[in-house]
This record gives sequence, C-alpha cells and structure tokens, in this order.
Amino acid sequence: MIAETGLIALWLAAALALLQFALCTIGLVKGRDEFFAAIRPIAIAQGVLVTISFLILVWLFIRSDMSVKLVVMNSVAVKPLIYKISGTWGNHEGSMLLWVAILGIAGAGIGLFERTLKQRTLVTTLAAQAFISVGFYAYLLIASNPFERIFPVPADGQGLNPLLQDVGLALHPPTLYIGYVGLSIAFSFAVGAMINRDVGPDFAKAMRPWVLGAWVFLTLGITAGSYWAYYELGWGGWWFWDPVENASLMPWLAATALLHSVNVLATRDGLRAWTLMLAVVAFSMSMIGTFLVRSGVLTSVHAFAVDPTRGGFILALLAIYIGGAMAVFALRVGTVKEGSQFEPVSREGALVANNLLLSAILGIVFIGTLYPLFVEGVSGDMISVGAPYFNLATGPIALILVAIMAAGPLLRWRRDKAKALLNRISIPIFITAAALFGLVLFTTSMSTLSLLGLALAAGIAVASFAPLWKRNLRRTPMHTYGMIIAHFGVAVALVGMASESSFTEEKLVAASPGDEVIVNNWKVNFLAIEPIAGPNWTALEARVTAQYGDGAIHQIEPQNRMFPAAQTQTSEAALLTRWNGQLYVVLGDSDEQGRWQLRIWWKPFVTLIWYGGVLIALGGLLAMIGRLRRAVRQKRQREYAEALI
Amino acid sequence: MRYLLALLALTIALPVTAQSGLPSAPYAHRQLDDPAKEADARALMDELRCLKCQSQSIADSNAPMAGDMRSQVRERIAAGDNPEQVRSWLIERYGDWVTYNPPVNSLTWPLWFAPIMLLIVAIFLARGRFKRRKDKS
Repeated sequence: MIAETGLIALWLAAALALLQFALCTIGLVKGRDEFFAAIRPIAIAQGVLVTISFLILVWLFIRSDMSVKLVVMNSVAVKPLIYKISGTWGNHEGSMLLWVAILGIAGAGIGLFERTLKQRTLVTTLAAQAFISVGFYAYLLIASNPFERIFPVPADGQGLNPLLQDVGLALHPPTLYIGYVGLSIAFSFAVGAMINRDVGPDFAKAMRPWVLGAWVFLTLGITAGSYWAYYELGWGGWWFWDPVENASLMPWLAATALLHSVNVLATRDGLRAWTLMLAVVAFSMSMIGTFLVRSGVLTSVHAFAVDPTRGGFILALLAIYIGGAMAVFALRVGTVKEGSQFEPVSREGALVANNLLLSAILGIVFIGTLYPLFVEGVSGDMISVGAPYFNLATGPIALILVAIMAAGPLLRWRRDKAKALLNRISIPIFITAAALFGLVLFTTSMSTLSLLGLALAAGIAVASFAPLWKRNLRRTPMHTYGMIIAHFGVAVALVGMASESSFTEEKLVAASPGDEVIVNNWKVNFLAIEPIAGPNWTALEARVTAQYGDGAIHQIEPQNRMFPAAQTQTSEAALLTRWNGQLYVVLGDSDEQGRWQLRIWWKPFVTLIWYGGVLIALGGLLAMIGRLRRAVRQKRQREYAEALI
Repeated sequence: MRYLLALLALTIALPVTAQSGLPSAPYAHRQLDDPAKEADARALMDELRCLKCQSQSIADSNAPMAGDMRSQVRERIAAGDNPEQVRSWLIERYGDWVTYNPPVNSLTWPLWFAPIMLLIVAIFLARGRFKRRKDKS
C-alpha cells in the first residue's frame, strides 16, 4: 500500500502543477486577477505532495521493500542505512523524482517567501515553474514510474553499484540537482519578467539569490564529484573531461556568467538582454545536463535507443523546453532595451569580457562533448574528444579570463582609465612576473599552461584582496567579502591544478611484504596483506606504513574490495594528507611470484583544488546571505519611512 | 564467521585477480627505467582511450585490455619509437576512437575550427557593444 500512496501523491502533485499552470495562464490572458489568490497555496501544496511522494520512495528503500521493482534493481537488504537512502537517487527513476521534488519545493518556496515582485510577474514565474514540473511529472508517470511493483517478489535485491556506495557520492546528485533546479527557477523569473516587460533591477534582485544559490550548489556538486572521482576510482585523476562531468560543468559555466551579468542589471540597470539570454542558456544547459546524463546517450548514440519510449520522451521534453525558452526570448528580446551604457574600460566592460569568455569556453565544452555523438550519428564513425582537445582549446581562454578576474573588481563602474587600473594592479603584475621568472629558473618540464597558471595564480591571490585596499574593513559589505573569497578560491584551485599536473611523482611497484619504496620524501613500507570483511563486502587489505622525511610513521590500509552481490571489485585508495600535498597509495593485484602491485603517488598541493572549490562556494554563499540581509534591511527601512509619513 | 567468509570470498576472487598479471603484458604495471621515456609514455597513455571502458584513458583503468595497451605503449617507447609513431600505430589498429586527441581531418575540422570561430564571434560581439556606446556618448 505504501508504494501506491507514493504514486497517488505523485499523481496529485502532477494534477496540481497542471492546475497551477492553467490558472496562471487563464488569469494572465483573460485578466482574471481573482484566480491569482489560489496560485500561492497551490504551489505550496504541490511542493508538499511531491515531497511526500519522494519521502515514501526513500522509506521503501530503507525498508528494503522487495515488492517494488526499483528497490529490487538498485538495493539489497544487507547494506548500511546511508547507502539504502542514497540508493533512492542512485538510479534513473529515483533521481528524476528527486529532481521534480526539489523543483516542487523551490516553487513552494517562491509561493511562501517572494514578496518583492509585481503580482503578474510572480504569477508568470510560477506558471513557468509549473510548466517545467508538468513535463517531469509526465515523464515519471508515463515512462519511468518509480513505484512499479514486481511479481513474484524476489528474496533479495540486486544491490547498488559498489562505486556509488560512498558518502561523497551519496551527496553528489542532490547537490547538483539543487543547482539545476535553482537555474530553472532563475529562468522562470526571466520568463516572468520577459512576458510582463518587467526587466529591470527589481527583477534582477529577485532572481539573484536563486542564481547565487544554484551556483553555490553547482560549485559544491562539481567539487565533491571531482574529489569522489579522485579517491574512489583509484587512479588519482581529478578531472577527466568525461561527457558526464562536462554535462555538469556547462550549467556551471553558464551560471557563472549569469551571476556576474545579473549584478550589472541589479546595480547599473545594464546588460538586460544579455542577462536574459544567459538565463535561457543556463536553463537549457541544466536541462541538457539532466537529460543527457540520464538518457545514456552520452556513452553512445546507440545506448539511447535501448528504451525508445524514454529516449523519445527525453528528446521531446528537451525540444519543448529549450525550444520554448529560445522562442520566448526571441519574441521578447526586441522589446528589451539593453539599459544604461558604459565605456570599454569600466567594471561593466570587464564583466562583459567575463561573460563572453565564459560563453566561449561553454561553447567549446558543448561542441567537444557533443561533436563525437554528432559524428557517430551522421556517419557512424567513432572519434574521441578528451583532455588534449579541451585543455588546448579552453586553457588559454581560461587564463585570460582569470587575469580579467583580477582586474575587474578594481575598475570603476561606467568609465575608468586604463592607466589608473595599471597603477592599482601593479603589485599583482609584479608578483606574477616574479613568480614566472622563478618558475622558469627553478623548475624543469612544466607545461606552458601550468607555468602560466601557477604564475597568474600568485598574482591573482594578491589581487583578489586588493578591493579591500584603503577601505573600512568593518563597513565593507558582506557580498564584497564573498566576491573576494570566491576570487581567491579560484587562485587557490589554480595552484592545486597546476601543481598536480606538473609535480606529481608516480611509482608503480611489485612489492613483497617487507619491501620499502621511496617516493619523493616518503618512505613507504609494505608490511603484509590481510583479508577483512565489511557489512556487504570482503576485502584484501594491505598494511602499509609511510614516513615523510624523519616525521611520524603513519599506518595506512589500501584495500581491494569484493562486493559479492554485484560481482564487482573496487579499490579503496589510502590517502595521507599533509599541508603540502597528499600521498596516494593503491593496492593492485598479485603476480605469480606472490608480489603485490602498489601504485603510489605523491601529489604536491593537490588538495588545494578542492579547497579552492569550497572557497568559491563559500564566497557565493556569503554574497547570497549578504544580499538577502541587505534586502531585508532595506525593506524594513522602507516600511519604517512609510510609517512615518 | 566473518573471517571465514572473507577467506572464502578470497579463494573465489584470487583467480580473477591473478589474470591481469600475465607475462604477456610485462609493463602493464611497471614503469620504464628511463624517467624521460616513462614520462613520454605516461603522457601518451593519458591520451589513449581504454576501449573496453566507459570514458577512461588507459592510464587510469583497471581493465586487463588497458593493461595490455599500457604495456605495448611502454615497450614501443622503450624500443625507441616516438610517441606520435606509437599513436599512429594504435590508430591504424583501433581507429580514431582510440585517441582522445582527435586528428585534424575531413571529419574533425569543425571541431578544431569551432574554438577560433567562437572567439572571433565573442570579440565581434564585444566590439559592437562598446563602439555603439562610444558613438552615442
């Protein structure tokens, strides 16, 4: 009965979404304002119902209800509780339900909290949100029902992919989905503003927290995903330019551009059309990110046809949403004036450059990701596009972008002088030049990209704090601190990336117990191999000690795990973190002489990649909180002033 | 009981784990003695696709076939081939699919042309924007 309750809740939520869309549209078109009173409660009820439906699915996974097909396919009775819960969204149907649940909650959030927008704009926004939801509901109910029963009821399930049984990955999809949904909400606002010809600072200010929030979650999601791939896959790589990764990177790039241009719109009432277009692009990218990953088309064009109903459905939804978004934009953009003007050397000018370069990178990633599919679909030839292409094509643009990032915050709005800028930025330029000189002198075999990246990072690290120069630190607004921390985070991540790709040392050895391996300053001793057992796996565990220089001796235990339920093996790397890098030890297989393969890496400053990511997200969070607090304060002041009159 | 189970699983798993240590691929998990050659081999392996996996290079795959290919790459480089020769040899055997660095040909030129086009469009857009502003002011 529980599963059926979940399904009923889902149907009801779908019906409410349809009602919400219909009432909004009729109200808007026929001018029946009395309908509008019902919109907020409906949006809230829709959010509650779809959340109930999702929680019921979680409950079915926790109880290991093997009469539900999805649980059978993706879970097993003997498994730690957290992976039973995360198994809910570790599959196609469950993750789509999570998606639409987050969308429903976001819609309810708008219904509850949004008070600054004009009524018609708000209603149109909720109509767009409902329209997006309806497609997802239809997709779930028609093509991928998560609550489908199975008969006869099997004794146990088939288990969750062992690679996914990891805390990092338990949190990764929800984080990304919140980001995607946030962008779709931002887009709904853009539709509201476009249709009601209400594009201006008020709209930008209403949209900005959603963009910032979505961006923070996307940043965290990508950072977590990268770290997960790094330690879980056991080969020490942190970014593979894999289509699935690119599908999450593209919305992030668009959101990054959008969050910068929305500031111009909110502060200076400029870049109106451009901001709207970025909102459309960001939304399209999050749709592509969601659907392409879920449809399996990214692995091969042919994987798409495995389930034709789903494939067709997904294509239709993509066409409706992206086509619809473009159509609304194309129809309305003519009526939108670009807004107040500025000269090339100005804060706006730097932000335009930021937007264009980010869009260029986005375009390259998009083409590089989809071109192989295109070729395969058209001619049947198989080509691969990977790191060499992406690094070469996007790397130089990214470096120019971060250089502009250092200069942008030091420019004045509307108009500034290039000479004055050079003055302000002279110290970072000097630091970059000195770092470049030092690196060329003291290092060998660094790639040009890493060399420039490291030198630039040194300058940016200093430049990112320059906006605080001669300012009252206590009166500096929180969102400025947010920007500084985020920009500093980019420098930190850049150091990590350049250092990892240039200074990593690798040792592959076949070791017998008692052998010692030297990697950089590390002495790694292989002591023994022992079998151990976990809740749903057995493993071979290597007992290894590692010592950095004359420091303390650390015990580490890299494992080779067997998951009997899924018949798969995973390697659990052992990581030792120091302030200046990470030692990464993986246990491989044994050879016929009874020696064991050990893969050992010393990766200097590699952790900075993810610390940088976390700093970037933290900066976004501070900016969001700062903006929201300021909005609340201004509203209070306005009310107070009105009360006085 | 747990310990016993673990042992049992081990005996089942051992034949599987021993497979990839076959002598046919001596350099699957062994580096070349010459660091410069190993660096060349490593850089090339990062750019070759593991044909049995889903978007992984042979440098970071557990698949036995990736091990074989690593060994082939290292052996060829050790024998004095330069990385590009090894790459073209592999492309001959497996097709363009094997290299993550797509060669420029009639099929892939739009791919390489696109970034340049995008940058030109970006510069054009930026210029147009600013010029208009200057004219008006």
